[in-house]
Amino acid sequence: MSKTLNRRDFIKTSSATTVGVATIASGITLTSFAANANENPVTNEKRWGMLVDTNKLTEVEIDGMVSACQQENGWGSEVHSTGDQKPTWVKKLKVKDKATGKITSLPLMCQHCEEPPCVDVCPTNASMKREDGIVLVDRHLCIGCRYCMMACPYDARSFVHEELTDQREHMPRGKGTVESCTLCVHKVDNGGTPACVASVNSDAVIFGDLYDPKSNINQTLKKVQSAQIRADLDLNTGVRYSGI
Amino acid sequence: MNIRYEETQGRSLGFYALIAGLGVLILAALGAVYYMEHHGHYVTGMSNRIVWGMPHVFALFLIVAASGALNVASIASVFQKKLYKPLSRLSGLVALALLAGGLMVLVLDLGRPDRLIVAMTEYNFKSIFAWNIILYNGFFVIVAVYLWMMFERRMNRFTSKAGLAAFSWRLILTTGTGSIFGFLVARQAYDAVIMAPMFIIMSFAFGLAFFILILMASYKWTERPLGDAVVNRLGSLLGVFVAAVMYFVAVKHLGNLYLAENAGVENFILFDGGIYTQLFWYGQIILGGLIPMALIYHPALRGNRSALGLASLLILIGGVIQLYIIIVGGQAYPMELFPGKEILEGYGGIAAYTPSLPEIMLGVGGIAVALIAVTLLVKFLPFLPESLADEVADPHHKS
Ligand code: SF4
Ligand code: SF4
Repeated sequence: MSKTLNRRDFIKTSSATTVGVATIASGITLTSFAANANENPVTNEKRWGMLVDTNKLTEVEIDGMVSACQQENGWGSEVHSTGDQKPTWVKKLKVKDKATGKITSLPLMCQHCEEPPCVDVCPTNASMKREDGIVLVDRHLCIGCRYCMMACPYDARSFVHEELTDQREHMPRGKGTVESCTLCVHKVDNGGTPACVASVNSDAVIFGDLYDPKSNINQTLKKVQSAQIRADLDLNTGVRYSGI
Repeated sequence: MNIRYEETQGRSLGFYALIAGLGVLILAALGAVYYMEHHGHYVTGMSNRIVWGMPHVFALFLIVAASGALNVASIASVFQKKLYKPLSRLSGLVALALLAGGLMVLVLDLGRPDRLIVAMTEYNFKSIFAWNIILYNGFFVIVAVYLWMMFERRMNRFTSKAGLAAFSWRLILTTGTGSIFGFLVARQAYDAVIMAPMFIIMSFAFGLAFFILILMASYKWTERPLGDAVVNRLGSLLGVFVAAVMYFVAVKHLGNLYLAENAGVENFILFDGGIYTQLFWYGQIILGGLIPMALIYHPALRGNRSALGLASLLILIGGVIQLYIIIVGGQAYPMELFPGKEILEGYGGIAAYTPSLPEIMLGVGGIAVALIAVTLLVKFLPFLPESLADEVADPHHKS
C-alpha cells in the first residue's frame, strides 16, 4: 500500500506503519550530497521535516536561526550585491492577521515541498528532491536560468549575483547559480540536526523524520494544530508551523 | 507568370553602412555580456525578486515574433493563397533570424551560459523549459527543410507538406512559450488560461510587423519594384492581427478583474501600478495598439507606406512594452504568501527594478543579430523575388 502524505491524513496514517512505505517520486542522489551510509541512508522510508512553534519562538531566536544558517553555510557576506540581490536562505517574516490583529513572527526558508514546483520546472534536473524529501540544487548542473525562482511560491531561492570568496568546504556555492536551504543535509546525513534548529534552545523548533512514529516531530504533529504555508497549493511541505 | 528570385547585390555604400551599424550593436551586446558575466548579475538591475529582466523581455519578444514571421509562408503553402507565395522564402528566413536573435539573448543571460551543453544534454521532461529547447531546435530544422524545398525545384512538390509541418510546429512552439508562464501557479499575474492563445495572436502581429518592415526596406534599398497589391494586403492583415491582440488583452484583463484572487495584480497593472500602469495605457494600448490601427485603417492613409511602416514600428515597440509588463510587472507584484494576512516585515511590497544599460544592450543586440542575418543571407542566396510589382505578384490586381 502506498500513500502520499498530506496534512489531513498525516494524523490519521502516521500511527500506522503504512507510512513507512510511502512512495515519493524521483530518486536522484547526488554524490556531493551523498549520505553517509553508516549513519543515515537516504531512503524514501524517511521524510525529513521541521515543525516551528511560532507561539514559543521569539524574534531574537529567529534572528539567531538566520545567523546560525549564515555561519554554517557561509552566505550573507556578499560585498557587491544590494538589497534584493543578496542571497537569503532563511529570513524572518512578521505577519499580522487582518481579522484578529495578531502579529506572528516566523522563519521562512525552503519548505522542502513533496511536490516541488522548482523541481518540476528545472530544465536540467539541477533542482532535485532526494528520496528522503530534502530538495536541493546540484550546482554543477544548474545553468542559472532562474526558472525555479519564478516557480517557487515561497520566495525561498536566491541567485548568486557575484563572485564568492571564503566558502565553507561542505557547502560549495557559485556565482551564476541558484541556491536555497539544504536542511543542512551535510549534518543530517551524519546524524546531526540543521544549524538553525540547533541554535534554538527550547523545543520551539523540532526537526526529525515525519514518517517515524517514534520521532518527536511525528508525535508532536499528532498532538498540536499545525499548518502549511499556502496549503491550498497542495505541495505538502516538509516544514510545518503551529500557531499561525 | 514565373517568379524570379535573385540575390541582392550588396555592394552599395548603404549596404556596408547597414552591416557596420548592426555589427557595432552586436559588438556592444557582446561587450555587455562579458561585463555582466565577469562581474556577475549584481551589475544588472535584476535581483532575487525580479529574476527575469530586460534580456528576457527582448528574448521572448523575438522568439514570439519569430514564429509569427512564418505566417506569411504558411498562408501561401497551407492556405494556398497565391499572392503570398513569392514572399514565402523571406518569411522563413525572417522567422529563423528572429529566433536566432532571441535565443542568443536568452542563453547569454543565463547565470552560466558556458553550461549550455548541460541544457542540451540533461533533459527534465517534466519541465516546459526543456520542452521549449526541443521546440526551438526543431523549429530551426523544420523551417530549414521547408526553405530547402522551396529553393530546390525538384522538391517543390513537397513544399505544402513541409509548410503544414512548419505551421503546426510554430503553433506548438508559441503555445510552449506562453506556457512558461502557465506553470507558475503562485504568481497571480500569470494565472490565466488565456496566456497561451494570447501569445499566439501576439506572435501573428509582431512577426508580421517585422516582416513588413524588412520587406519594404529591402525593396526600397535594392530599388526593386514592390507593388501595392502585396503591401496593402499585408497591411490590412496586420490591422486585423493588432485588433485581435487588443481583444485578447481586454478579455484577459477584464476576466482577471472579476476573479477575486487575481484582482490585486489586475488593479496594480491597470490602475495603481505607477510605471507599469503608464506603460500599459500609454505604451501598450495607445502607442502599440490604437495609433497603429488608426494608421492602418484611416481612409486618408490607405496605401500610404510611410504610415504602414510607422504602424509596424509602433506595434513592435508596443510589443516590447507588453512583454515588459507581463514579465517584469508580473514579478514586481508580490506573491500572496499568507492569504488573509498582512506581511509587515521580511517580504512583500512592489519589487524595484531599473533596467541597466548592459541588459538593454544585450536585448538590442539580439535584434541586430536577426537583422544582420537577414541582410547577409539575402545577399548570398536568392530569397527575394526580383520584382513584386502588381503585374508579377497579382496579375488580376486592379489599381
Ligand atoms: S519551497 Fe520553493 S525551493 Fe523549496 S521545494 Fe518548495 S518550491 Fe522548491
Ligand atoms: S536556475 Fe538552476 S536549479 Fe533553477 S531551474 Fe534553472 S537550472 Fe534548474
